[in-house]
Amino acid sequence: MSKGTNYIIGVFNDEDVLMDAVGTLRSSGVKIQEAYTPFPVHGLDDALGYKPSNLPIAAFLFGLTGTICALLLTIGTMGYDWPMDIGGKPYIPLPHFIPVTFELTILLASLGMVATFLVISNLKPWGHDPFMFDGRSTDDKFLLVIDLDKNKMDKDALTNLFKQTGASEVNSKIVENH
Amino acid sequence: MQVTSPVRPPLVTGGKTVSDVTQDISRHVENKPTKLWIMAFTLSLITLGYGSYCLWMTWWKGIGMWGLNKTVGWAWDITNFVWWVGIGHAGTLISAILLLFRQKWRTSINRAAEAMTIFAVICAASFIVAHMGRPWLAYWALPLPNAFGSLWVNFNSPLVWDVFAISTYFTVSLVFWYIGLVPDFATIRERATGVRRIVYGALSLGWDGSAKAWQRYEAVSLVLAGCSTPLVLSVHTIVSMDFATSVIPGWHATIFPPYFVAGAIFSGFAMVLTLMLITRVVFRLEDYITVEHMESMNKIIVLTGSIVGIAYLSEFFIAWYSHVPYESYTFINRAFGDDYWWAYWSMMTCNVISPQLFWFRTVRRSIAWTFLLSIVVNIGMWFERFVIIATSLSRDFIPSSWAYFSPTLYDIGDYLFTFGLFFTLFLLFAKFFPVVNMAEVKAIIKSSSAKKDTK
Repeated sequence: MSKGTNYIIGVFNDEDVLMDAVGTLRSSGVKIQEAYTPFPVHGLDDALGYKPSNLPIAAFLFGLTGTICALLLTIGTMGYDWPMDIGGKPYIPLPHFIPVTFELTILLASLGMVATFLVISNLKPWGHDPFMFDGRSTDDKFLLVIDLDKNKMDKDALTNLFKQTGASEVNSKIVENH
Repeated sequence: MQVTSPVRPPLVTGGKTVSDVTQDISRHVENKPTKLWIMAFTLSLITLGYGSYCLWMTWWKGIGMWGLNKTVGWAWDITNFVWWVGIGHAGTLISAILLLFRQKWRTSINRAAEAMTIFAVICAASFIVAHMGRPWLAYWALPLPNAFGSLWVNFNSPLVWDVFAISTYFTVSLVFWYIGLVPDFATIRERATGVRRIVYGALSLGWDGSAKAWQRYEAVSLVLAGCSTPLVLSVHTIVSMDFATSVIPGWHATIFPPYFVAGAIFSGFAMVLTLMLITRVVFRLEDYITVEHMESMNKIIVLTGSIVGIAYLSEFFIAWYSHVPYESYTFINRAFGDDYWWAYWSMMTCNVISPQLFWFRTVRRSIAWTFLLSIVVNIGMWFERFVIIATSLSRDFIPSSWAYFSPTLYDIGDYLFTFGLFFTLFLLFAKFFPVVNMAEVKAIIKSSSAKKDTK
């Protein structure tokens, strides 16, 4: 047997059974490594005990940067660098700068948040085919993955527990350490 | 385990399971293109080819190739630009505003509608670039440090606002669309082998569908939707300001921003319907894009069509009420003058009268009627932009400069170019990308699909 991490994987056919299983497993003290689903299951992150994502805060900060950059650009160029009398309007007509400021706010908020999302989730087009515990989890199966070494229960006890909670299959997998 | 709501009709029919969704949507991505697809693609390429020639001639010889004259400085180019941008708006509306309103019926159509947005904005941009006359200097519209000293773009100008609005709109829509595609690319990746696996593997960015990834994905979608919603309104508001901040009679109206936005949504939904009704038949997606979807969109069309109708009447009323002789003249001339009465009444018939048929449930739920009316609405909206632009310019303040605009073959060819481009891009999208958002349809299938009889 090669050296690696032992995982035990519960395969579910239904998101409601999965949600119940998460509750049962966590209340009996099992530490769940991760869940894999073909679509976003609402409330699963809560059930797994994940904290809410901070991405909206990142978006706000990027948006703020956009607002500041746009105001510096418009006021700096038209008010200070090359002031021109255009139809007798003031050099810094703030209402006229709202459209550009608004657009740059949205642009930076969106791009910044998406870039943050890609970086923290390690999503990139090159260099890796992700490790999948079970390819069917992108089709119609729901997986609960448990790291055996991080749990007190042994393999058989966990398998039984999975079966009781309604898993259709229980598989084990050894993943070589990178 | 599936539950059918006693109140709402199912959104997905045919008793589909989660696995069926994967099968049905991946099928056309994995199979060889059908004959119908190849025929449509060839036709699009021919149109694109002829259009490219006309566009090339416009670039090479200048915009003198168009029918513009001393009074009408803007005509088909800006008409087509505004029309295409308007078409794009339904995509963002479906994906963003309906997401915020938790409308589940958006899930089957949002992907294709967003693709439509992106391609429509590309088409719109081609007119912006072409009408500059010297397109290779297009970057002058950007605030870049340059060799002329401290010379900057004029941030007071709605045309500069347009540059920011359209480019932001395009970028954000593209990102929103792509982020939505990532999980579906992963589904296709897991089913593929060989080169296809490498390509879809790269496109899926290494998505693994973990709960953590989904949590972040949902946060991103929600914030992007929140960002796109005001963006849709701002883009067409700014486009309308290109006109409304001028002093040309017929353009100088405060009603323009909301009226343009309503018109954009109106034409956009019509175009989504045209495309969806074809797509559902070609890719056999009748269970996903149902009569219910069609009816929901028709309801939005009758709403926005009525808003547009009221806007036309308000314009007329204000032209009289304001006591500005030029304004009154422009409006009376539009409707009853010798030159463009046909365009005006085509617009009124297509936009105000025809969508009212959707008040009847049988019409709203009839595929043939919907398909016909969706095309009529798009023609009507093109006429609306044409009426606003050409009729206002052809008779401005000085009668000595009045002139009638008629398009040249190059005007028509450039318009055909965008049709060729749009359908080429859309057909490529429909062939190689999943046209229906699999992950989102799977998420609603339990609560909103028809009961599976076999269980």
